[in-house]
Amino acid sequence: MHGRIRTWGPGALVLLPTVLLLGYFVYGLIAWSFNTSLTDRHTARKGPANYVGFENYGNLFGEDRFLNSLKNLGVLTVAFIVGTLIFGLLWALLLEKGVPGESIFRSVYLFPMAISMIASGVVWGWLLNPSQGEDARGLNRLFEILHLSFLENPWWTAGSRWTTMASIAMPAVWQLSGYIMALFLAGFRGIPPELREAARVDGASEFKLYRYVLFPQLSPIALSALIILGHMSLKLFDLIYAITGPNQFRTEVPAIYMWNTLLRSDMAKSAAIAIVMLAVVAVLVIPYVAYTVRQESEE
Amino acid sequence: MSTEVAATGRAAAAVQQKPRKHGQIADGSTRRSRTIRYALLLLFLVVVLIPVYVVLVTSFKTSGDTTAASQWSLPKTWTLEPWSKAWDVLQPYMIRSLSLAIPAAIISSLIGSANGFVLARWRFPGANIVFAFILFGMFIPYQAVMLPLRTTFTELDITRGVPTLIIAHCIYGIPICTLIFRNYYATIVPNEIIESARVDGAGLIQTYVRIILPISISGFVVTLIWQFTSVWNDFLFALFLTQQNNGPVTLGLAALSGGQKVDYAASMAGALITSFPTLLVYILLGRWFIGGLMAGALKG
Repeated sequence: MHGRIRTWGPGALVLLPTVLLLGYFVYGLIAWSFNTSLTDRHTARKGPANYVGFENYGNLFGEDRFLNSLKNLGVLTVAFIVGTLIFGLLWALLLEKGVPGESIFRSVYLFPMAISMIASGVVWGWLLNPSQGEDARGLNRLFEILHLSFLENPWWTAGSRWTTMASIAMPAVWQLSGYIMALFLAGFRGIPPELREAARVDGASEFKLYRYVLFPQLSPIALSALIILGHMSLKLFDLIYAITGPNQFRTEVPAIYMWNTLLRSDMAKSAAIAIVMLAVVAVLVIPYVAYTVRQESEE
Repeated sequence: MSTEVAATGRAAAAVQQKPRKHGQIADGSTRRSRTIRYALLLLFLVVVLIPVYVVLVTSFKTSGDTTAASQWSLPKTWTLEPWSKAWDVLQPYMIRSLSLAIPAAIISSLIGSANGFVLARWRFPGANIVFAFILFGMFIPYQAVMLPLRTTFTELDITRGVPTLIIAHCIYGIPICTLIFRNYYATIVPNEIIESARVDGAGLIQTYVRIILPISISGFVVTLIWQFTSVWNDFLFALFLTQQNNGPVTLGLAALSGGQKVDYAASMAGALITSFPTLLVYILLGRWFIGGLMAGALKG
């Protein structure tokens, strides 16, 4: 027994600082936020607060503004995931057999990922200028020049929730499609060539080859892509902040609403919004983490 | 799922790899389909680069030249005015961002390396639970810790600005660095080497320093790039934990391009200036950047 502790003891010791740090800064602070969200601390004033149970949550879900932000987030997430998956998969398909200059295409498609969402938001905020016709600016002006004026639109400034949030999703798709391409490309390249050859020898058409042989092999990657994109979208903040500013009801999502609530020093309410965000992410991510860790330990 | 989670190196290498030639069996594509494929690739190349074009040309324009009609044309007269204006505003922020991103990247990489080694090759009972415990920290929306984090920093009396941000980024960067290194060591270090070192009586520290560290260079390149990029690009912590007079460059850019009367040329130059360090890293070390992405497949 003593000997076994001597072998694994030092390992546990190495991890101890990390466990303590994350124990406090992740789990401890989450508990603290949760605790705040159960109180009536609606000002910055220090001093004792009263527990009000889940009243703040009840209020949030009975409030048009919060429900609006949730709906915006839902639409944004769908638009973002669908857009990114389409471009990412399409680019991977176009590249996977290898073309001359492949590394150039790959690098260009991927480069927006290296840029901060604030910088890209500054640029896209300017590209998504709502003026049209004579006075058109940004992308609308480009459509004007290319004689594609039917494409001109007010972007996020008018219209339905769908067009509004799809406009916001556009820059995010621009930034992250390359990432999804890289994931799928790695997936395609990881498939043993024998599989393709066997299918071709059997006379499978290209369509059937992809449909029945290659795509099924990619489903684990598609699943992780979904989870990555989903949880990114739930956290999307910088981009909206930079494009529309934080004070637009039309594009407000919970992350932005939380910031606005905090600016008004409503601690309890902004903590409640943050905890709702965490809960949504956790639903998505906990099964994923559990599955990953289990898989890893089997290897 | 474990394709990219389990093997940073393997997956990254797979992207780099050219597909094998299929010999006599055609790869199923005709000349026409190849042409269409190429045309589409070029089209998307142009689409992705459109914002770059307009940002570049605008950044060299005089303020009178940024009218609606001339927005997509080349500058009438080329000027460096917007660049120097943006630089004057952003320079102190740039210095703060550098003095923040470099140490934060180094510290969290070192911690991640030690953790990753133990979790991959010096396991102890319950190591999986600890791994899951660490991993979850990667996904949380930081809003959920932001308020008490500010209070904690105030109570510990840590100077607002670069120091608070370094601490925050180091701590919240540990999970991703641990994951990258864990996967890296699990891929490249055979268990037998560790076992035989143990048989020879080498302790953990000896094994780590003599065997592991010398082969950790590409792992470090990946985590350093990843952490540098995400710290440099961070806006959320910057907004919550710092102010204009002590904040990093993302905050500076937001200030430069916000407000009532925006100088578009200077904003665009500013966007380029703030993106320059991460773009440089991407261009020079793109191969490892992809490696980080693959491991970061788990992270946002």
